Amino acid sequence: MNERWQKVFWPAAVAVLLLALWQGLVVAFEVPVFLVPSPLRVWQALVEDGGLLFAALLNTLKITLLAFALAVVLGTAIAFAFVQSRVIETALFPYAVLLQVTPVVAIAPLIVIWVKDPTASLVVCAALVALFPVIANTTLGLRSVDPGLLAYFRLQGATRWQTLRRLRIPSALPYFFGGLRISSGLALIGAVVAEFVAGTGGTGTGLAYQILFAGYQLNIPRMFAALALIALAGVALFAVMAGLSRWALAGWHDSETAHE
Amino acid sequence: MNAAAVELRAAAKTYASGTQALLPVDLCVAPGEFLTLLGPSGCGKSTLLKMMAGLLAPSSGEVRVWGEAPALGPTSGGRTGSPGGAARRPLGFVFQEATLMPWASVCTNVRLPLDLAGVPHAEATPRVRAALQLVGLDAFEDSLPRELSGGMRMRASIARCLVTQPRLLLMDEPFGALDEITRYRLDSDLLALWQQQGLTVIFVTHSIHEAVFLSQRVLVMAARPGRVVDEIAIDEPYPRSADFRVSTAFARHAARLQDSLLSASAEQSRA
Repeated sequence: MNERWQKVFWPAAVAVLLLALWQGLVVAFEVPVFLVPSPLRVWQALVEDGGLLFAALLNTLKITLLAFALAVVLGTAIAFAFVQSRVIETALFPYAVLLQVTPVVAIAPLIVIWVKDPTASLVVCAALVALFPVIANTTLGLRSVDPGLLAYFRLQGATRWQTLRRLRIPSALPYFFGGLRISSGLALIGAVVAEFVAGTGGTGTGLAYQILFAGYQLNIPRMFAALALIALAGVALFAVMAGLSRWALAGWHDSETAHE
Repeated sequence: MNAAAVELRAAAKTYASGTQALLPVDLCVAPGEFLTLLGPSGCGKSTLLKMMAGLLAPSSGEVRVWGEAPALGPTSGGRTGSPGGAARRPLGFVFQEATLMPWASVCTNVRLPLDLAGVPHAEATPRVRAALQLVGLDAFEDSLPRELSGGMRMRASIARCLVTQPRLLLMDEPFGALDEITRYRLDSDLLALWQQQGLTVIFVTHSIHEAVFLSQRVLVMAARPGRVVDEIAIDEPYPRSADFRVSTAFARHAARLQDSLLSASAEQSRA
């Protein structure tokens, strides 16, 4: 319990310290608000523009979650296809890498042209960013089966399906959740970047649009406020994924058991 | 049942690379026998065991288990009559490692072979209980493998094997990774199980003392190429207690096995 409390306390102490330092420096050197606003000004902007920013946050989160879900479903399906045969994996893996290394910024305009619906096009862009870790980790996990257990299943005459369901999938879970953690963050990044590039096409605007628009207006405190919301959303996503992983792996996997 | 539990006729294994893992072996194991394969690493003892289990096919010669070629799986031969998997399995295999599923409780792990064979839970549960009782793990059915000691994990692994009620138990250095004291206890418990359950056991080890303590008969094997070099009977009565380990008879048998192992390796270094 004490340890848990410390895990919250120390990062929070660092945050307070940094914010105080920031506030102190801005006040002491009379930094103009259009260069660096003080934390209090950012907080003020967050409260004043709360409705606007919160709606934008919801939009960005919607894109993020849809893209994340798409990436997980698609990535897992591809990983399952990969482990069915080495030929499939060898043939297709380079293209998964290709997808990963091509910057979403570069493909976004194309996707906007191809996918008519603006929300869908943003989701596709963000999903492309988030896809690869799910594929790579799940494939690795499905292959990382204890060879002894695999031999045992073979000895028992287990069918392919039984081996998949009772052995490969549980063995893959730690890797899968590792992939989810990375991928959830990437989905958020993808959603923001895609909105920067593609715009919102008239539908509800996200946080990226708020940042751009506040920039045009030199409304720097609002920019910071939007930025803070994105960062907080990322942290929250990470925390949810970590919690999910802890819940699923509790007790049996070394990564989630207490280190005495 | 007058068929031998295991019969090998000139069974040999040569890998595609040309490595001779095992020169031809002739062997007949009677039902109810406790046979040990003793030898240094690389002598082909595990290869021999895996051929009996049907995990490896002999490259020449013949392997018969209960009169049939060993085949993998729950649908393989030796399963007489009654549906639902109540019949005794022809053989069970215990690995060097406990190879338990780390995410599943002891109970689920032990039930695994029955689940794979499609035995309904209602029928499987009492059999799992009985198997856990046999190995003294009945109080730990809800524990995860990581919560158990190495010896207890091995017991769970043996229970998982016993739950299929095999007539033949093939054990590949099952206690090799355990400390000596735990190993002694498991040796004794295994002997009790063997007698009580009317099992046939083929046990692989590289420990001379374990071989003497457990077996009725020991096949001494040598490496490069893997082969059987000697066959020694341990004519001592059962049950064998801890006192047997410090008796002169025990020492005499151990000395004979040691001579046999050493002369085999000396012969090899001269060659």
